[in-house]
This record gives sequence, structure tokens and C-alpha cells, in this order.
Amino acid sequence: MIHLSDVRKAFNQGKSNEFWALKGIDLSVKAGKVTVFRGPSGSGKTTLLTLVGCLARPTSGRVRLRDRDISGLPERFLTDIRRSTFGFVFQQFNLLKGISALENVMIPAYPLGRDRKDLARRAHELMESLDIHAKAQSNAEWLSGGEAQRVAIARALINDPEVVIADEPTANLDSERSRQFLGIVEALKASGKTVLMTSHDPLVCDTAVVDHVVSLRDGQLVEAR
Amino acid sequence: MSPWVHKQRNLLDFTLSSLSRRKGKTLGMMVVYTAIVFVLASVMLFSHAIRREAAVVLAKSPEVLVQRMVAGRHDLIPARHLEAVKGIRGVQSAEGRLWGYLFDPAAVANYTLMVPTNPRIEPGKVVIGDAVVRARSADPGDLMSFRAHDGALVQFRVDKTISRESALVSADLFLVSEEDFRRLFGIAPGLFTDLAISVRNPREVVKIAEKIDAALPDTRIILRDEILRTYESVFDWREGMLLVLLAGSILAFAIFSWEKASGLSAEEKREIGILKAVGWETSDVIRLKMLEGMVVSLSAFLVGYLLAYLHVFYFGAGLFEPVLKGWAVLYPKYKLTPFVDELQVATLFFFTVFPYTIATVVPIWRAAIVDPDTVMR
Ligand SMILES: Nc1ncnc2c1ncn2[C@@H]1O[C@H](COP(=O)(O)OP(=O)(O)O)[C@@H](O)[C@H]1O
Ligand SMILES: [Mg+2]
Repeated sequence: MIHLSDVRKAFNQGKSNEFWALKGIDLSVKAGKVTVFRGPSGSGKTTLLTLVGCLARPTSGRVRLRDRDISGLPERFLTDIRRSTFGFVFQQFNLLKGISALENVMIPAYPLGRDRKDLARRAHELMESLDIHAKAQSNAEWLSGGEAQRVAIARALINDPEVVIADEPTANLDSERSRQFLGIVEALKASGKTVLMTSHDPLVCDTAVVDHVVSLRDGQLVEAR
Repeated sequence: MSPWVHKQRNLLDFTLSSLSRRKGKTLGMMVVYTAIVFVLASVMLFSHAIRREAAVVLAKSPEVLVQRMVAGRHDLIPARHLEAVKGIRGVQSAEGRLWGYLFDPAAVANYTLMVPTNPRIEPGKVVIGDAVVRARSADPGDLMSFRAHDGALVQFRVDKTISRESALVSADLFLVSEEDFRRLFGIAPGLFTDLAISVRNPREVVKIAEKIDAALPDTRIILRDEILRTYESVFDWREGMLLVLLAGSILAFAIFSWEKASGLSAEEKREIGILKAVGWETSDVIRLKMLEGMVVSLSAFLVGYLLAYLHVFYFGAGLFEPVLKGWAVLYPKYKLTPFVDELQVATLFFFTVFPYTIATVVPIWRAAIVDPDTVMR
């Protein structure tokens, strides 16, 4: 579904602190599968996710979504694709403080102009299915790590994306909560979603639900299975 | 409903909850903003209302006034002068007026006594302005008595009160019949306070004034245009001062709003990044921030304007007294007639709501074109 060919990404290009975070990645991500990017800290996993998820553009190389080359699209189109195709669960969760968990879940849908009642109903359903419904009216900053993550997952799902992207989803969770998260991933996969994660947690990489593990080091692929 | 409507509603809802979670900053902004609108609107409402009062006064005053001067002092003018004036070509009408001031010891106040000719007041009756009504708490049917010049008691029955058109004109009016007026002040028939003259052709006013002056050398002639100019110069000077004040506060406001609104905290930047990452377009973010600015500035505008309205028209512009005292030349104490000019409201609106909204949006614009991938760090 997503194809990368010779993708490179430089930060601060042309300056003295120029840094190549990705140095030529060829990769295909299959629809409906769970793929994990693994590697030591600084190896370029997060950078790779931002390119796949249309949050950033590669410095060179091509990113194709199905048959469409998206690496050269202007920002507005990228936003459109991102909104309809990808749902993000960030490492720091990135919920907005001061507003309720429910409202946080609904935020990605506002620009689409959906009816507010329908939207709230869908948000409630999602939160119920993620067992976080009791916290719907709590402010985001009062939630524990696991709760915040499930709210973030609900937010990622509100626009019903094909692909769910999660950066280091188990980094802030204990084993119990990590297993709970993998249960959610299983349910997502069962409902036909493509899941992309980064992790260096063996618990994640060795689970049955994971179809592919891609290993990175210093911005290059070292192993894929 | 169309998606567009839903989108605006959703954005507005989010704007409100967004503002409420930054209560301190929002409230602080609103208070200062409201105060500035209040000052500006007060100045505008006040100067406009007072100009209008003057216009009403002048519309009612005759084109030419003739007073008799004796030893440099204003004196009563005899009826033969009136006849002489009536004989001058170009004079449309002339009448002798009777007016003066009456001190009421009971209310410790001065009333303006006048003898209206159309319609006439019946002897023994009086029509009073609402300042008199308040001073004496008099109602129609009540009796009011005064001592005449010779000590005799003169009684009036209140016939009715005058509804207010202009505070400067009618608030302290005390309208009586000619007989009562003469009895009260001991003025013999055939004598008047001054003469009011209207001319056939307004362009001939100066020429006619010269003719009157030549025919009646012991008189002083006052033209309405001259009074108008005097008023204008007083207003212009006052307004000049107020304009300086106005310019000052607009400048202060511009600096203030730039300071407050344009400073994007790290937290706000992060939030914009999150919104963009989850699928908001740059234009959506800007619309949100514009709505925030508009909600703040609109409500501050409305509250400030309302407070200014109350201040000027119900509390006599009390806070301005030290600055505006010069206006009291016209009248010692007044309550202005409420009057709002749409153009004025639009001007104030433009100079307050508009710059603030711009000031909120500009920095957001810069922040919103940053790549959304920063939130992944
Ligand atoms: N905005 C940036 N500017 C400069 N260097 C960056 C930036 N983002 C990431 N990097 C560098 O790119 C490398 C890869 O980062 P990242 O993709 O976050 O790695 P990982 O997620 O595998 O830990 C790191 O060395 C990091 O310091
Ligand atoms: Mg990372």
C-alpha cells in the first residue's frame, strides 16, 4: 500500500550541522498488516514515520501511497491525505490540556464539518470500545499514561483512517498496559486497519499480531522480516 | 445543514472552550480592552451628544437678536424699537421677547423664565422643564408660589411638564404668561427683554443688521451665525484635546494588543502543531485564532460601549468632569439626551476590533506554516 524508494531525509541541509537521518530507504508496507520499525534510539524510526504519514516530505526519493506519488505534493494536499488516511498516536500523546478527553477525541473531525451530535456519538462509541468512557469528561492533564494513550488512540480513529501510526506506543507503559495496548492493535487489525509502529520493546516485536519487523540503524535498513 | 455550517459551529465551540482554558490571559485582555473601548466610546458619545444639543439650541434661536444697551449694559427695549424694526425692508417678522432668570429659594436653583407666544400660557399657570420637576418634585396640579419684585406673593399652578428634547434647552424652563411675567418682575407693558427677528432672505442678514444698527443706534445686534461660530470654536478646541487623548489611547492599545496577542507561548505553538498533525489545515488554525480574537474583541467592544453609554447618558459623564469642565460654560449641570450615531459606532468598531484581530492572527500565521512533524519530537 505504501512504497518508499531510495528515501533520504536531511535536517538542516546546507548548514554546518547538516544531518542525514535517513540514508536511502526502500520499503513496502502492506495493507491490513501490522509493521514495526525497530532500532536503537536515534536510528531514524520516528523520522521514517513522519515521511510515511505525510507529516513531512523526504529530501530526496519517492513515497507512493497506492499508485500516487505523494512526495512532491504541496502542503494542502498532504494535509488532506493525512486527515483521511492516517491516524496518529504520538509518543507524548499530545493531548490538548484544559479541555475534556471527549473534546480531544473530536478535534481532528472539526475541519470536516461533521454534525456535532453524530460526532459526539461516534467519539463516545470509540471511547467505550477502548474502555476509557468513564474518563470522557475528565480534562486531558488528569489522565494517567495508559488512559491518555487510549484517548489518543480514540482521537486517531475518529476520522476512520485506513492506517494507524503509533510512535513508541509502549515506552511509557508497564507490561500489563503494554499487553492491553497490543490487544487494541489486534482489534484494529481485525477491523482491517493497517498499523505502523516504532518500538525497541521485545514484548512488541515478538507478538503474534505483528506481521513484519523492519530494523533500522543509523538511518539505514539492516533487516526486514 | 451544510458541512460548512457545521464546520463553523464546531470551530466556534472549540474557540470558546479554548478561550476558557486560558482564563487568566483571556480575562486580562478583556478587562483592558473593555476599559479602552469604554474611554473612547465615552469621549465620542459625549462630544457628539453635546454638539447635537447645541445644534438644537441654535435651531430654535432667531436669526437676529436686538438688545438695547444703556451705559454698556443690557437694558429693556421699548415697543417703539419693535415698530421701527418691523418697518425695515427685508424683515419678515419681529417680536418682543420676555425672559429672565428666577431664583427659587426653596430649591436653591435658578430657573429660566420665558413667555412663549405660540401657544400662550394662561395666566396663573406654568409649564416646567424636567429639572424643575426634579428640583421641586412638582406634579401637574401642584401649586408653586414666589415673591414678586415688590414682595407680593405670586402663585402658579403647574399645567404640565415638558418632555425633553434637549437638556440645554428645556431642563430648567419655567414658562409663564406675559401678565404673570410682568407682575413678577415689575416690567411695564411696552417693554421687552429683547427683540427676535427673522429675515426674508438669509443672504441679506448682514445687510439688514446694518440697517437696524443705523436706525437704532442704542442697540446691540447679535447674529445666529456668530453664536454658531463661538460654539464651534469652543467645541473644536475641546475636541482637539480629546482627539489627542483618543490618538494616545489608540496607540497605547495598538502596542498593548501587539504585546499581548502576538506573543505566542511555547504551549500555544505546541497546540498549533498538534492541530496540524491531526489534520487541520493552516487556514483552519488561522480561522480558529481569528475567531478567538473576534470573540474577545467583540464582547469587549459591546460591554465597553454599553458602559460608556450608561456613563455618558445616565451618570452625566462623571469621570470626565475634570477634562471637560469647559463645556459647562454652556450650562451648569446637564443630563444629555441619549443619541447614538451609526457612523461613530462603525468608526470605533473599526479602530478597536479590527487591529486586535489582525494582531492575533499575524503571529499564528507564522507559527502555522511550520511543519507539523515537530510534534513527533
Ligand atoms: N528537527 C531535527 N533537526 C535536527 N536533527 C534531527 C531532527 N529530528 C531528528 N533529528 C535527528 O535525526 C536522528 C533520527 O531521529 P529519530 O527519527 O527521532 O530517531 P528515533 O525515533 O529512531 O529515535 C537523530 O539523531 C535526531 O537527533
Ligand atoms: Mg523516536
